[in-house]
Amino acid sequence: MTVQGESAEHQWVDDHAGPVVRPYAVTRGRARPVTGTFDLISLVTATRADVTPEVGLGPEHLAIVGLCQRMQSVAEIAAHLDLPVGTIRVLLGDLVARNLVQVREPRNTAGLPDNSVFEAVINGLRAL
Amino acid sequence: MDYGHSERPAGATPLPTAIKILVAGGFGVGKTTMVGAVSETRPLRTEEVLTESGVGIDDLSGVESKTTTTVAMDFGRITISDDLVLYLFGTPGQDRFWFVWDELALGAIGAVVLADTRRLADCFPSIDYFEGRGTPFVVAVNCFEGARQYRLDEVQAALNLDPGVPVLLCDARQRESSKEVLITLMEHAMKVRDARRRAE
Repeated sequence: MTVQGESAEHQWVDDHAGPVVRPYAVTRGRARPVTGTFDLISLVTATRADVTPEVGLGPEHLAIVGLCQRMQSVAEIAAHLDLPVGTIRVLLGDLVARNLVQVREPRNTAGLPDNSVFEAVINGLRAL
Repeated sequence: MDYGHSERPAGATPLPTAIKILVAGGFGVGKTTMVGAVSETRPLRTEEVLTESGVGIDDLSGVESKTTTTVAMDFGRITISDDLVLYLFGTPGQDRFWFVWDELALGAIGAVVLADTRRLADCFPSIDYFEGRGTPFVVAVNCFEGARQYRLDEVQAALNLDPGVPVLLCDARQRESSKEVLITLMEHAMKVRDARRRAE
């Protein structure tokens, strides 16, 4: 597929030049995902080891599947791909719709968790 | 072995869940330093782009050539166990990015407000925010070299804090010190939760 010349371009354009492709160009102008809400700490795991390029999937989609061979949060995916979170949400929506990733939403968004969680965190921090 | 579409069997190893803690405070107070001191990798940076949803907040009229405004957040990860991952998010410093704070604070189990006694007022907006939202928080006074040392009760009085809110000294560069702040926060958050349950 077309990833042509990307590494070559990077040699000539530094950070001061801003993004080479505008953030919403990779989503083809879409600002919202087709499905899902995707919290910053929703955890994403690829459902397959490899994905072959197909219609509707760009290099960024494939990069997410590659990255999520090991579980990653939405925030981590955005940081590693150097794309805004909003863009990543749109791309993740496409991948969920094709069953290429599974998403684990964070623990209850209202109220504080049970003792077991707090105790696990405290013990985990002490062990660092 | 790859079974393609096969689902994970229900009841097998639980899928991990994530929780988050926020690190707030004024500009240059050491938020990213603290995130980096306890995280398993160097802090990562993620950006939200202000688009139409932010138009009411950020007046872009007259600057149409500037297509986007980005809000950067630094964050780090601590893998607690196979099924629990803790994320630490440094909040964006500028007060005009409250809408990002709302997203960050949703579901957060607690917050650290970092304070610098030379510029104590810088942490007022963070304290007001977490008090208003009911997010459990602790105030950690980052001990910068050359900063005048105040007693903790003086800081507590100056910030007009609820007596139950822990105030402690820390060195955000030090892993042990930053760990202690997070552990104090977790213990405080448990107390807050218990008090709320009793009140229900």
